Amino acid sequence: MQLTLWTYEGPPHVGAMRIATSMEGVHYVLHAPQGDTYADLLFTMIERRNKRPPVTYTTFQARDLGSDTAGLLTNSVREAYERFKPRAMLVGESCTAELIQDQPGALAMGMGLPIPVVPLELPAYSKKENWGASETFYYLVRTLLKQTAAAAPDRQAGTRPRANLLGPSAMGFRSRDNIEEIRRLLDSIGVDVNLVAPEGATPEDLMRIPAADFNICLYPEVAQTTCVWLEREFNQPFVKTVPIGVGATRDFVAEVAQIAGIDIDAALAAEDRSRLPWYSRSVDSNYLTGKRVFIFGDGTHVLAAARIAREEFAFEIVGLGTYSREFARQVRALAQDYGLEALITDDYLEVEARITEAEPEMVLGTQMERHIAKRLGLPCAVICAPFHVQDVPAQYSPQMGFEGANVIFDTWIHPLMMGLEEHLLGMFRDDFEFNDDAAPSHLGGGIEARPAVTAATDEAEMSTADKAAGPAWAEDAEKELRKIPFFVRGKARRNTERFAIDFGLEKITVETLYDAKAHFGR
Amino acid sequence: MNRPAETGTVAVGCSEAPVLRERGQREVFCGLTGIVWLHRKLQDAFFLVIGSRTCAHLIQSAAGVMIFAEPRFATAILGERDLAGMADCNEELDRVVNELLARRPEISTLFLVGSCPSEVIKLDLANAAQRLSVSHSGRVRILNYSGSGIETTFTQGEDNCLHALVPELPASADTSKSLLIVGTLADVVEDQFTRMLDELGIGPVHFLPPRRAVDLPPVGPGTRMLLAQPFLGETARALTARGAQLLEAPYPFGVEGTLGWLRAAATDFGVTAERFDAVTAMPAARAQRALGRYQELLAGKRISFLPDSQLEIPLARFLQRECGMEPVEVGTPYLDKQMLTGELPLLSESTRLSEGQDVDKQLERLRSERPDLTVCGLGLANPLEAEGLATKWSIELVFTPIHGFEQAADLAELFARPLMRRDRLIFSSCN
Repeated sequence: MQLTLWTYEGPPHVGAMRIATSMEGVHYVLHAPQGDTYADLLFTMIERRNKRPPVTYTTFQARDLGSDTAGLLTNSVREAYERFKPRAMLVGESCTAELIQDQPGALAMGMGLPIPVVPLELPAYSKKENWGASETFYYLVRTLLKQTAAAAPDRQAGTRPRANLLGPSAMGFRSRDNIEEIRRLLDSIGVDVNLVAPEGATPEDLMRIPAADFNICLYPEVAQTTCVWLEREFNQPFVKTVPIGVGATRDFVAEVAQIAGIDIDAALAAEDRSRLPWYSRSVDSNYLTGKRVFIFGDGTHVLAAARIAREEFAFEIVGLGTYSREFARQVRALAQDYGLEALITDDYLEVEARITEAEPEMVLGTQMERHIAKRLGLPCAVICAPFHVQDVPAQYSPQMGFEGANVIFDTWIHPLMMGLEEHLLGMFRDDFEFNDDAAPSHLGGGIEARPAVTAATDEAEMSTADKAAGPAWAEDAEKELRKIPFFVRGKARRNTERFAIDFGLEKITVETLYDAKAHFGR
Repeated sequence: MNRPAETGTVAVGCSEAPVLRERGQREVFCGLTGIVWLHRKLQDAFFLVIGSRTCAHLIQSAAGVMIFAEPRFATAILGERDLAGMADCNEELDRVVNELLARRPEISTLFLVGSCPSEVIKLDLANAAQRLSVSHSGRVRILNYSGSGIETTFTQGEDNCLHALVPELPASADTSKSLLIVGTLADVVEDQFTRMLDELGIGPVHFLPPRRAVDLPPVGPGTRMLLAQPFLGETARALTARGAQLLEAPYPFGVEGTLGWLRAAATDFGVTAERFDAVTAMPAARAQRALGRYQELLAGKRISFLPDSQLEIPLARFLQRECGMEPVEVGTPYLDKQMLTGELPLLSESTRLSEGQDVDKQLERLRSERPDLTVCGLGLANPLEAEGLATKWSIELVFTPIHGFEQAADLAELFARPLMRRDRLIFSSCN
């Protein structure tokens, strides 16, 4: 039993729903009790999809348990087939149905429907949403390609290489715009897109997967298993770099060019319209230097964000972690490169504790970290799922490719205080209208979460000091400390206390504060 | 406005009307969803769902926006070890509860909330609550109820929660009359009712649930009970068993409903007609004036309710009789006629009542009838809008103060807004 306040991922059958909802002509029959239909609203409300997810729920009740829940399932399968006329059907169960062991997949397989039926076994008590999406996509592709012979596609001379874009799906972060951006990018370097899946694909489309020269794994959480299988069965190599950030997009183009057998330099020259490099180099961005950021999210976006933060924003990463256990190895390795210990957890409370402890100046995370950051009075940008309705913008906002990098630049700096504003705060701390406790001026005066929070953080700081029974703060030193902007105050306090302990001082004076400052630098 | 109960002729309305009963896919939340508002109402209570990741995901998704403060609810997610018997579920539960109570020392009442998985594996939460009550005795009261989808629908979760509180209510010492209002009300509405009942000379007045779980109202033979919500059948029956007497009334939605509801109490407490009129005339007239703004817009519009919150019948009654709307189909998850004796006679006979749901069949009827407004859950709203059908999300009806005179116009506005919006927007309805 695990005590959980918020969950980063839904159960695995929600992952299966994401695949079904992404596609056309696929229907999912889910053996589930009343209440599980809540998942429809993820798609219709958060993503504003204008169609119901293609899911039929059997809606069994307590009184059915002793009798014929299996009959309920076969009826639902039959009715769903007749009503929706899908060209492929997924059949599975949610957590409760797993316990009653009706084996819906096997039952449906035995009904002799004239369409491919994919039984899904997604253990709800050990696995989660992204894994469910990945398995579902893999089994669907496998089932549909069962009859297809493995033959290496032979490209005719003079035709452009063709790729499948695999991974974009419903409730994926910015899938709609990423698809468009990557299509454009590939087109500009001379690569055609054979198909995109699961988003927008039909069962017939999936059967055309082998017609491409190679695959592009845009979202490994959903498509990696499938890409690995396709490589093995159909000799289709796949592009592994996820093009989020300028550096990663350049690497992506190079990898595509190499696999597609086109000229890498020409490909790289063809397309580089990101403004991020210049924006980052321009003097205004000096204030971004060394900004302490904490990054938490799914594997793919955390790995990408870490690289961008370090190499393209010159941030300092003070915490790095993921809720995707499937990507723990990569995130751990990267964290180690940065001299950090990765946080691998899906426990919201633990993430909150670690963020508080790391005292970042900014948080890059999910909807959950947005809440944590708000509570701590920290700027935050959302980099991946889980996300809320405001993270599905009307405007074109890809994360991938060169335009994606532009979007990321804007998104990440938006919550921050601008460079000169930050300096002014440092100089005139007690201005009654424009002070430490005010939100950045471009975000309006309405956001007043900070005062209470700052008080709370200060209290927390005090209590750590008390616990440590470390050196005592003189009153004037304490006052001086309060003149330091709130977002670095905790660090200043800690550094000063460490300095005092290291040098065996019993009392912290104003002098100690400045000695410590000189000792540690900013 | 209309006072059919006083005209002498017994109105039948929908009481004897045939009910379309359907069985199939239900697009309705389970009882766990009630936690979303109950945990805000009972400020010293905590709700611990013993369930799966699905349960945790449901509550946070149903809340629409995730609640920013640390919520007073959580889920103890069952894992493979619990199910395979490798871990003793009871020991695990004790561990989780201890962990939780250590984190939240201010909690006075803890509800262990059963879910579909906990029911199916027959985890005995009543027993667990008893055991844990002993180990935390004096500090925390530990109760249990079921919010599982195999047994409860949406608002039934509140019924089960309040039902679990009934045995805890202190027995009232004397037999003198008191009024107990049952069902979660917005704090502002509670205050309005308290003032008005006070002016009528009705009292003492208690509320269930109270704002703090430690302030449980007394119950006994002198207790007269008014239901603020139509989905509290089990709670009402349990209170009756403890001596309380249910006052039959319409629910306090709209002017007519609120008047009827207050009158039921006034009659029982021997308030004179003159005093009743003197106290209620002004607020009723004010509510009537406020309602006027929306009546023109709503009059003649056809409305269908998909089953969701159990509020469908009282709301249809309000919209029909006070706003001039024409109910086409009024669907409700289950029809508890005993709870609706004050309502069904008021609803016009021509209304089609349906109970339960087979969502695809119901949507077929909806598409052929194309009402001007459809009240439905969040999963269906945008798809129906995309088909050109205006919708009102039903969950808003349990999250918004809609009871009483002062909120009568707000209630009408909830239904008027989607229609006004369509009038204002330049975009065609279908796209």
